[in-house]
Amino acid sequence: MPEFIPADSVGLVTTQHHHFEQPLMLDCGRVLAQYDLFFETYGKLNSERSNAVLICHALSGDHHAAGFHSMEDKKPGWWDSAIGPGKPIDTNAFFVVSLNNLGGCKGSTGPNTINPDTGSLWGPDFPIVTVRDWVNSQARLTDMLGINQWAAVIGGSLGGMQVMQWAIDYPDRLRHAVVIAAAPNLTAQNIAFNEVVRQALRSDPDFHEGRYADHGVVPAQGLKIARMLGHITYLSDDAMRKKFGRELREGKISFGFDVEFQVESYLRYQGESFVERFDANTYLLMTKALDYFDPASEYEGDLSAALAGVQAKFLVVSFTSDWRFSPERSREIVKALLDGDKSVSYAEVEAHHGHDAFLIPIPHYFDVFCSYMEHVAREVSP
Amino acid sequence: MTALRPDLAIISEWIQPGSRVLDLGCGDGTLLDHLKRTRDVDGYGLEIDPDNVVSCIQRGVSVIQSDLDAGLTDYFDDNSFDYVVMTQTIQAVHYPSRLLSEMLRVGREGIVTFPNFGHWSSRVQLALGGRMPQSRALPNDWYNTPNIHLCTLKDFEALCHKLNINILQRNVVDTAHRSSFGMKLLPNILGEIALYRFRHGQPSGL
Repeated sequence: MPEFIPADSVGLVTTQHHHFEQPLMLDCGRVLAQYDLFFETYGKLNSERSNAVLICHALSGDHHAAGFHSMEDKKPGWWDSAIGPGKPIDTNAFFVVSLNNLGGCKGSTGPNTINPDTGSLWGPDFPIVTVRDWVNSQARLTDMLGINQWAAVIGGSLGGMQVMQWAIDYPDRLRHAVVIAAAPNLTAQNIAFNEVVRQALRSDPDFHEGRYADHGVVPAQGLKIARMLGHITYLSDDAMRKKFGRELREGKISFGFDVEFQVESYLRYQGESFVERFDANTYLLMTKALDYFDPASEYEGDLSAALAGVQAKFLVVSFTSDWRFSPERSREIVKALLDGDKSVSYAEVEAHHGHDAFLIPIPHYFDVFCSYMEHVAREVSP
Repeated sequence: MTALRPDLAIISEWIQPGSRVLDLGCGDGTLLDHLKRTRDVDGYGLEIDPDNVVSCIQRGVSVIQSDLDAGLTDYFDDNSFDYVVMTQTIQAVHYPSRLLSEMLRVGREGIVTFPNFGHWSSRVQLALGGRMPQSRALPNDWYNTPNIHLCTLKDFEALCHKLNINILQRNVVDTAHRSSFGMKLLPNILGEIALYRFRHGQPSGL
């Protein structure tokens, strides 16, 4: 619990939501007749409505990106390091909007909300949504908020993919695209990890083909293993070594299968806490959205062609030890933008934290991020 | 706004307004920023140093953090730029010859500046002092210098000849970037900094 709210925090925040009646056509061919989006906002929208920034969340993120819901909260929002007064996404300058994507499990319409057609939970019947579907729904939210053009759309990892999709699908509705630790599509290895995650979830005896809620259970084991695998891949070998080494909990080995090494304890803790805060069907959907994202596929694999129409200026950031969304993949994005003579800056941040680095206030990363956003802010209020 | 570094001022004069420029080892983005504001130039900088990358972004210069030793093929197609500029950098890269060719692959013209190792003070220090030369242009000790491929004007011109590169313009200045009659007469002895503008040699070229 925060005993006091830090000066560089957005403070206590409340979640808002909006019900959308206009049907949303999805990539999979199905239609969401109506849906809710949960979101939060930080900072003030200026009178020209030109200082709005959209945050797109990654796999396990949600609308609660910064600040605290109450003084009882143990932790602030997931990207509190980057959002707040004086932080890279400076709430003194920007009006920040962060939402929970469709298919999520934190309020927005998804597997654990009620399907109005049946009166029961969507569960596994919730349609598979894509990055493009999300962006289309985010565009509706943009309209609803009366924002014509975002000063910037920002995201890391899967969030970065949404930013790219924004720039492709709504080129005149964002001035800047900040794509952090992302990729133009997933590699085979990445899809493979996602498949292991899906198998872990779906093979849990409590999964019940996704209808676990009807049985009053959760596939806790599957969720736990899926998250443990995820965590291993979000960190680098180096980061794990630095954090845990071969340290033993009891100081000696006990020739058994209980938790012995610190790293085991960490992974189990991460897995268990994930079970309490996340939904298995949502997790499955998120991995599919990741796997399907491939804007170049509609242009015979030519990413430059996919990005030919973008108007936004880009900042692309990668981290040297990130092997799930490696610098090579970010360079592909940069190359495609350069091919089209787009405005792009690229920083390859030396960091040992692996993919998780995008959430961590690494000095060079935040210097780059701050400098870029200060530039964006100057355009908004010269 | 402080005055532009004089070698950069000379380069600016060489660059046609409205052209596309790639600046290799662009430092804090001073040149590109200047070209953008005064000559309506559009371009990118490549820079490896993190602090310089931040400075470029602060100035609003498009910068790609990258290692020149990895080459330009990662990013740039043939003939993408009017000019590819490299100031005070060629002596610090691993493959100067390859990079020169790369410059003219992605650009129509190349512009290079480097400290002249043939300057009289270098010659005197090595010949009479028996020590590796140090100067205002080359302040480092031999063991910690980033300058691993030092050359003289003659050396550079010989390499250009070998690569069939046609030198269009040459200028030599001192570290205060002043030129003098003597430097024009004996550039390889009196020039501290060399500036070259060049392009692919024509079949009938020099």
